[in-house]
Amino acid sequence: MQQRVEILKTLYRGADILILDEPTAVLTPQEIEDLIKIIRNLTAEGKTVIIITHKLKEIKAAADYCTIIRRGKRIDTVRVDGVSEHELAAMMVGREVNFSVNKEKQACGDCVLQIENLVVRDNRGLPAVKGLSLNVNRGEILGLAGVDGNGQRELVEAITGLRRAESGSVSVNGADVTNDTPREVLDAGMSCIPEDRQRRGLVLDYSVAENFILETYAEAPYSKRGILDREAIGKHAGELIAKFDVRPPDGKHKAGSLSGGNQQKVIIAREVSNDPDLLIASQPTRGLDVGAIEFVHQSLVEQRNRDKAVLLVSLELDEIMDLSDRIAIIYEGKIVGIVDAKDADEKAIGLMMAGGTVRHE
Amino acid sequence: MFDSIAFILGTTLMYSTPLIFTALGGTISENAGVTNLGLEGMMTIGAFVGAAVGFIAGNPWIGFLAAGIAGGVLALFHALASVTFKADQVVSGIAINFIGPGLALFLSRVLFKGSTDTPPLSLDKKIPRPLNGLFPDNSFLDSVLNQYWTVYIAFFLVFAVWFLLYHTRFGLRLRACGEHPRAADTLGINVGLVQYVAVCLSGLLAGFGGAAMSVAVVANFRPALISGQGFIAIAAMIFGKWKPQGAMWACLLFGAAQGLVIFLGRSDIQSVIPIPSEILSMIPFILTLIILITFVGKAVAPSADGIPYDKESE
Amino acid sequence: MSNGAPATVDLQELGVSRKKVSPLVLTLLSVFFGLVIGGIVLAVAGYDPFKAYWVILVGTFSRPKYIAYTVIYATPLIITGLSFAFANKTGLFNIGAEGQFIIGAIAAAVLGYYLHLPPVLHVLACLLVGMVAAAVWGGLAGYLKARFGVHEVISTIMLNWIALYLNNYVVSVIKTAEHLTNPTTPMIRSSARIELFAVWKDSAAGQAWRGVHPFWDDILRTPFNLGIVFALVFAVVVWFILNRTTLGYELRAVGYNRFAAEYGGINVKRSMFFSMAIGGALAGAAGVCHVLGWTRYIAELAASEGYGFDGLACALIGSSNPFGCILGGLLFGTLKYGGSKIQNELGAPTEIINIVIGMIVFFVAMPKLMSLLINQFRRGENHVR
Repeated sequence: MQQRVEILKTLYRGADILILDEPTAVLTPQEIEDLIKIIRNLTAEGKTVIIITHKLKEIKAAADYCTIIRRGKRIDTVRVDGVSEHELAAMMVGREVNFSVNKEKQACGDCVLQIENLVVRDNRGLPAVKGLSLNVNRGEILGLAGVDGNGQRELVEAITGLRRAESGSVSVNGADVTNDTPREVLDAGMSCIPEDRQRRGLVLDYSVAENFILETYAEAPYSKRGILDREAIGKHAGELIAKFDVRPPDGKHKAGSLSGGNQQKVIIAREVSNDPDLLIASQPTRGLDVGAIEFVHQSLVEQRNRDKAVLLVSLELDEIMDLSDRIAIIYEGKIVGIVDAKDADEKAIGLMMAGGTVRHE
Repeated sequence: MFDSIAFILGTTLMYSTPLIFTALGGTISENAGVTNLGLEGMMTIGAFVGAAVGFIAGNPWIGFLAAGIAGGVLALFHALASVTFKADQVVSGIAINFIGPGLALFLSRVLFKGSTDTPPLSLDKKIPRPLNGLFPDNSFLDSVLNQYWTVYIAFFLVFAVWFLLYHTRFGLRLRACGEHPRAADTLGINVGLVQYVAVCLSGLLAGFGGAAMSVAVVANFRPALISGQGFIAIAAMIFGKWKPQGAMWACLLFGAAQGLVIFLGRSDIQSVIPIPSEILSMIPFILTLIILITFVGKAVAPSADGIPYDKESE
Repeated sequence: MSNGAPATVDLQELGVSRKKVSPLVLTLLSVFFGLVIGGIVLAVAGYDPFKAYWVILVGTFSRPKYIAYTVIYATPLIITGLSFAFANKTGLFNIGAEGQFIIGAIAAAVLGYYLHLPPVLHVLACLLVGMVAAAVWGGLAGYLKARFGVHEVISTIMLNWIALYLNNYVVSVIKTAEHLTNPTTPMIRSSARIELFAVWKDSAAGQAWRGVHPFWDDILRTPFNLGIVFALVFAVVVWFILNRTTLGYELRAVGYNRFAAEYGGINVKRSMFFSMAIGGALAGAAGVCHVLGWTRYIAELAASEGYGFDGLACALIGSSNPFGCILGGLLFGTLKYGGSKIQNELGAPTEIINIVIGMIVFFVAMPKLMSLLINQFRRGENHVR
């Protein structure tokens, strides 16, 4: 409940203007409602509140006026009750946005990822994942819903070989990969869109082309006997750039000079081109504009439709509800419930995200 | 036996002192988030200025103070680069390590007829020993405690720096700048100013450290006087987990190794256990390495140490 | 830590102009300002800075012999610079070139005297053993960092001192064994020398030839040696490894972003070891070349000779680019050799060179300041128009 503490601290200091920058990332839906109530009370008392958010729903729920900015420019300021979410989105992106995800029903196949009784410690040495078990099957998107800091990060890191698992097991297609190196995990058929794309996903000082081969640089055709084949690398980059519409369309640009959305495209292009059996997407749309989000969502669904397994870890419940076939709820390092997406109820999931009972503050 | 222990303890205190001053300097600077690899250069300029001013003024204390100021001024350059111009702090520190000794030798040649050694201070013009004559000559207490003032000042400063860092508002702010400059900034702390003060303090202390060498341990400045001690002080600071008392223990340990080396190198000891002096001289460094291997893995630097704080960047 | 390169600075980010400043311009400007500050220091101390720089210029370029000496001075610095630059690309700060240099020098001096081999083979044997020994020395620091998290700056400083005393120990043992009067090792055998025409040039035939070729005669007066050729080859090799091989790809990835490298399946710890080992091998090669090409023996050392640190400065001035290291080394060689002459000619302390070098590195560390200055200058120009 650090967020609430921060807010209270600010109030305690007697501020007249309160600026909230993406305040809801660490809150459950119920808590978001509470927060919006608090905000409403504050404005009723005559305080000014500025909320910076990318969630249209929150704007509709909390704001009186809304200023849309795009690429550092103010596009418009509108009365919130006079516009629809669609219109807001169109202003944010500069074109019409299609919200609905085109997802055919399909039968789930065999189990691809199997996690059993996994225990992982966080950086402070405290258990973050506490005996977690989970299966992800072919042809499904499994959404992992939860409030930030309930072990999602440690879970993903442990699965992908970046963090040691204390006990328990992880297997991909029946082969045990527990505590294997990231290399071995990759070779087992798992790819990952990491949570922090600038820290984990990309070498910002490398060109886009060089980033495309981050996992395959040692394989033909990109290198032979330890010597890089620049022509093959360039060709590969050209193909992926065209296919995934990376802008600017030039592999020589440094990854760091790309926009967030295009950086994410580079990562997704790379991971999908590995043709993995399991794709883990950890907060794949964080910090992206609505247009880029649309692209990411389509890419994930496409993986699923190609009969691959997708594990979607996200703090955005809406995203999980929209995309998933099944939804697993993580709370304090354990799965506290798995529901079928078609009969999922936001309220119920929200309650489970908070531990199933009223949270003790 | 008793004699030997007293000898080793005495040399330990003497040799740790310059390191303690300098390591404390490093501790302050790094806790404020600025890596100071230039301590070596600041120590060298301090050693020179201490000996030179001490000689010219005929008073070691004036030299000692001037040494601190000289170190602080050199540190000001490091602060200018690191804080104002967001320089690569390690590179800037390396630059200081060229400038400090270069300037020291240059000035020495200009002031003292082309010589890189400053004229020696006479015994009564060195930093005095407050407890001199209190104990019988060559008694245990005499060998251990009859030390130069600088030794006592160094240990007092360990306490003072500890108090400053952990029990004052300024210390809290300083550490905030090293841990999370952005948060410090949001709370209205002037990060740049705090870092300037911290870096200059570190230079001041490194300057004192150099002078503790040139006007107390020996009586003049010469080119190889400091060679490497600034770096050893940095190692001590890291081994001391970026805490003043930790740095002190690390410096004492290094001083003890040095004391042991000098003890084992004494002709009366060499006749009993002959060890080549070159091998003996390696001991402190090998010991430091072993200690680093055993313990340092667990030490954690201030989170934002060495990263220039830039308001604009994310 | 740092990647040492004066990154291009976006001036727009500084809110001043749109133009980017190239790293080369930043470096040249840093050199210029370093010289200016050095001049100011000289002037304040009562020496004529213009005369001093003139002496340096004349003292380095007016005779073939001087140029040869400049190159000889530059050679070890270029190679230790490459050593630093290589590790730096992996994000490691190899301050240990100093000690690795000593290890290489020890190997060269010992093998150069005790081994009996035909000429070319003897040199190669010294080079190989020296590089391997120094690679172990450097790799040790890499291993300590990878395995125990010991910061390489600290461990290499300790290893530098240990190498220094090892040098003295070896010297004293050999001195006793060979009944020498001075604390040095014996001169290496001529089969191990890499000095150009080392034997021939003092022979009767050589003397006669030199009599009619004054230009070459002047160069042959110096211990001009193959070291510079090795240095150039190493520069190319370093560039190739870093930019054209999978190993280089791994090492640079680790240097730029070790977290992404780890995520991409690169073995970060192994990379650290390799980076330091190769860096060590290079610094060792510098030591080997120095002994085989110039000094021909090693002597007891009171303090480190500074080849590692000087090379580090060269690499920083050269943006940690292999070819930049060559230029940085030549600049440093010029200042060092030319600077050694101002003492005699002007009575000005040669240490001014260290101040100049320090100031250059200092400015190199501050690309932001340099860009601001360039921009001020540009704005001024626009006003005039």
